[in-house]
Amino acid sequence: MNNFLGTDTLIEVTYLIATLLFILSLKWLSSPATARRGVFAGEAGMALAVAGTLLHRGIVDYKLIAIGLVVGTIIGIPLGKVQMTAVPQRTALSHAFGALCVTLVGTAEFYLRAPHIAPFMMAVLAMEVILGSFTFTGSLMAAGKLQEVLPQRPVTYKGQNFVNLAMLGLAVAIAAILVIHPEQTRLFPAMIIIPLIFGVMLVIPIGGADMPTVISLLNSYAGLSAAAMGFVLNSKLLIIAGALDGSSGFILSLIMSKAMNRSFTNVLFGGFGQIQAAAKGAIEAPPVRSATPEEAAGILAAANKVVIVPGYGMAVAQAQHKVRELYDSLTKRGVDVTFGIHPVAGRMPGHMNVLLAEADIPYDKLLEMDQINGDLPQTDVALVIGANDVTNPAARTDPSSPIYGMPILDVDKARTVMVIKRSMAAGFAGIDNPLYYLDRTLMLFGDAKAFVSNIVRELTGGSGHGG
Amino acid sequence: MKLDLLTGLYVFMLAAFIGFEVIRRVSPLLHTPLMSLTNALDAIAVVGAIILAGEHKSNLAAILGTIAIVAATSNVVGGFIITDRMLKMFKSSGPKK
Repeated sequence: MNNFLGTDTLIEVTYLIATLLFILSLKWLSSPATARRGVFAGEAGMALAVAGTLLHRGIVDYKLIAIGLVVGTIIGIPLGKVQMTAVPQRTALSHAFGALCVTLVGTAEFYLRAPHIAPFMMAVLAMEVILGSFTFTGSLMAAGKLQEVLPQRPVTYKGQNFVNLAMLGLAVAIAAILVIHPEQTRLFPAMIIIPLIFGVMLVIPIGGADMPTVISLLNSYAGLSAAAMGFVLNSKLLIIAGALDGSSGFILSLIMSKAMNRSFTNVLFGGFGQIQAAAKGAIEAPPVRSATPEEAAGILAAANKVVIVPGYGMAVAQAQHKVRELYDSLTKRGVDVTFGIHPVAGRMPGHMNVLLAEADIPYDKLLEMDQINGDLPQTDVALVIGANDVTNPAARTDPSSPIYGMPILDVDKARTVMVIKRSMAAGFAGIDNPLYYLDRTLMLFGDAKAFVSNIVRELTGGSGHGG
Repeated sequence: MKLDLLTGLYVFMLAAFIGFEVIRRVSPLLHTPLMSLTNALDAIAVVGAIILAGEHKSNLAAILGTIAIVAATSNVVGGFIITDRMLKMFKSSGPKK
């Protein structure tokens, strides 16, 4: 064994360098200018760690490893090449894969080691498989809802929270028994199956508008389960990678829930759908003013400063490229066009930024809520495309609104507000938006993509070329 | 293989702290790539799966290990590809910032 000491040290050194590269990778991601270097550092660290692991002296069978790596690569490539609009569901799916890996490794380790498992080891192993298995099914559910193969509406029933908590409690109780009696191996499958069901039950009551928070939370759980796996395997590299992923998901969850003025527990156990069902009163809708693409184009062309507020509706209509054409034709006329991005616009953190960047809109035109809100009172036109709740002034003014207190983009302070919307039907969240009934608001009814392209046609065809 | 619990906890605590401080500085512009990148890095769990499949201590361990390699590798490959694709799209309007 001592002959191999050199190899062991070498492996540890590759892990050490990989750890450094991983941290640098995240550090470089802090700015778009250095971010791609960050991906390269991550890739290098990963390659190094995998190469080091292959030198592990206990490995007797390289065939299965090769099969696993090849099949994983074959599955991974198309998952890396999905359309940008499909990124939220792809991300949820990758959380599921990560959690699956961790759960399977934990299961195998249990059966290899039982019944000789020390209490602490059993405790982290239990944490690994419980977190891993409910993150697996929870993420699959989230991916299914985002891909719209599952119903997106929240599914709620009486006593839901009690059932969920009871299931989690049962899984933890089984874990506690196994910590004391690791020889009770027949209990182990229950400790996987119950959290698997729990994961499904946890995500079914969650609606689309809450997806950014839920994806972030699942990200955090996936990281924590990987860190627990690091304790089980005594791998510092894995503990660190898991801790980094876990804290990343945690920070994003914090930002998301702050942007919705809600706590984690409220997102997970609040049943947003229920509150909204109650809020959906039968109030007589006041009249709204609507405008045609010609009128909208005229107002936009006469403006000095335009702020575009995109939301999930823009993603659904795939309107980002048309929005880019609008941006181009307005900019050519000397109109100052910026974008106001709410932290929870879309279905995952940063969703709108990626779509607009895909359409080649410069990232320095994409402004955060705090940056843009100061500008909105001096803005001639705020153009809302497929966003609803994040522009709802009731969040500021109406204490009885379910979203009261949520920070919003103050588009109602702009001189003119234009809202592109399919119809007056309540949006996904089902909350009425008083913005639509303001005197300064013009409703532009139609499909976001078609309407924006009609405006662009008016702007480019109507009055000369580029004015 | 003796598990050094306390060292492990130290490592976890410091890493979580570094993660918190580093990731707090990531621009909200890049939150989506951040998530896909940390997801790819998290798939370093493939290391544990490789050892499990390679050591072939039992058939169950080898099978579960191999499936785990597939799951983690697809995250590594897919995660890095899509992160890079996204980051490539972010361009500044100025000639150079």
